[in-house]
Amino acid sequence: MIDLRVRERPDLRPTAAAAASNGQTDIVLMARGLSFWYGDTQVLDGIEIDVPGRQVTAIIGPSGCGKSTFLRCFNRMNELVPGTRVEGAVVFGGRQINDRAVDPVEVRRRIGMVFQKPNPFPKSIYDNVAYGPRVNGFRGSMDDIVESSLRRAALWNEVKDDLKKSGLALSGGQQQRLCIARALAVEPDVLLMDEPCSALDPIATTRIEDLIRELCEQLTIVIVTHNMQQAARVSDRTAFFTVTDAGCGILVEHSETQKLFTSPADERTEAYITGRFG
Amino acid sequence: MKETAEPPPALGAALTPRKRRAVTERFFQLLFFTCAAVSVLTTAGIVITLLGETIQFFGEVPVLDFLTGTRWTPLFASQHFGVLPLVNGTIAVALVAISVAVPVGLLTAIFLSEYASVRLRSVVKPILEVLAGIPTVVYGYFALLFVTPILRGVFPQTQIFNVASAGIVMGFMILPMMASISEDALRAVPRDLREGAYALGATRLEVVTRVVVPGALSGVLAAVILSVSRAIGETMIVAIAAGLQPRMGFDLLSSMETMTAYIVQVSLGDTPQDTIEFSTIFAVGTLLFVMTFVMNVLSDFFVRRYREAYE
Repeated sequence: MIDLRVRERPDLRPTAAAAASNGQTDIVLMARGLSFWYGDTQVLDGIEIDVPGRQVTAIIGPSGCGKSTFLRCFNRMNELVPGTRVEGAVVFGGRQINDRAVDPVEVRRRIGMVFQKPNPFPKSIYDNVAYGPRVNGFRGSMDDIVESSLRRAALWNEVKDDLKKSGLALSGGQQQRLCIARALAVEPDVLLMDEPCSALDPIATTRIEDLIRELCEQLTIVIVTHNMQQAARVSDRTAFFTVTDAGCGILVEHSETQKLFTSPADERTEAYITGRFG
Repeated sequence: MKETAEPPPALGAALTPRKRRAVTERFFQLLFFTCAAVSVLTTAGIVITLLGETIQFFGEVPVLDFLTGTRWTPLFASQHFGVLPLVNGTIAVALVAISVAVPVGLLTAIFLSEYASVRLRSVVKPILEVLAGIPTVVYGYFALLFVTPILRGVFPQTQIFNVASAGIVMGFMILPMMASISEDALRAVPRDLREGAYALGATRLEVVTRVVVPGALSGVLAAVILSVSRAIGETMIVAIAAGLQPRMGFDLLSSMETMTAYIVQVSLGDTPQDTIEFSTIFAVGTLLFVMTFVMNVLSDFFVRRYREAYE
């Protein structure tokens, strides 16, 4: 099944050979039997999911269904919270990454994240984008990587004359695009987005959504959203989570977005997307 | 509300008579006001006494001589009123103290806020607070009877009363305050920022040095300034362990007198009141007050700045 024998720090970059050998050229991220606990409270139970590469996968579901917690399993952010426990496997490029032997820092360099609330550092726009490359020992032209990252995040034209300005001086939407640029500067293979538009106005939201569609031509995106319309607009595939009576999150259904919204296989999905629940 | 169903007269009778309540209200208002006034009046009284005596002192000794003179011999036959040796001693001890308290305090704060588990933190913090609760006179004897002999073992030329010993021990006395204020500042850095840095592949050390500490910088600066202010005002340790010789220079192994130690020396000694010698302590006290006041204003400024940063 899954190879648990990861002892030396592996190269997590998925190689074409490795991907081809397991016959699943497309699948970049996998979760297998993933369960998660905060202290004694179980919040995720047995999640199984395949995330195909260079597509947008949306995760939707009612509050408390553990969708953000699930997203954070992919880059091991949950480990920063004391008293958490995870069981099962998260597989990235054919390697199990939620293993003690795998350095979480390596994982996070390959799997970037954008948060719910824009969280630029209280530094200049330039230094915000340069932070990741700097801590990762990037050698090369920092100016180039800052410019290309800001261009990819569709922010360059708005800030190019003012790179010394504090990141906090930007508008909310610009701050979120700065955070996307900051994540892109590390050149991750996957970008996790945790409700990236929930703090933004509709115009800023549209810009981020357009950006998501552009970015998925180059990398894999997993986006958590509480907004079903957003999931329908931006994603290729959608996973629907719900919460059991015991307060535990489970995956109900995962399929192509269009199929999930037009002909859901599970009645709980249908109840949720038609607004009868949640 | 069942009462509302009853007829109006009963409703009126149930209310407390207005007069009695008004009297109680006024009594407590007055009580609170009096307590608040006591502290304000005390402060005002101290400042007025200090200033009055100081102005008298400067009637006889020119301000410039006081502030720029390098000989302080008010208790000797040839009187000189240059306060600089006392300021020198104060600064020397304070520098030793903060060079212990600031690095150790900051690292302790970083450990507590970023590295320690909840359980370890719940053990270490109370111990730090115990350190803060030790009477300063105990620290003074600790310096004289424990630290000084060690120093003399390492540097034989060390005098019995010396700046280094008093300064080091004072550093440990200030340490809990430095650590506690810095820790508050570090913890005030939003979790969002830490997570943002971790998500970019930063290690814990990189998150601490490049996000958390810079983010908390103004709060840490405020802690440093308050520590300096505390070091300048500290009396008992220096009176016991640093000696009573007004001296210029920075030979830390020799005895020096600080401003506070001088005030203790004169006020406990047999110097007659209403003499110029005695009123020197008011001039020195005023200078000390101004120095610590400026420090506190500065730290207030920094604290306010770091509060604004994330709100």
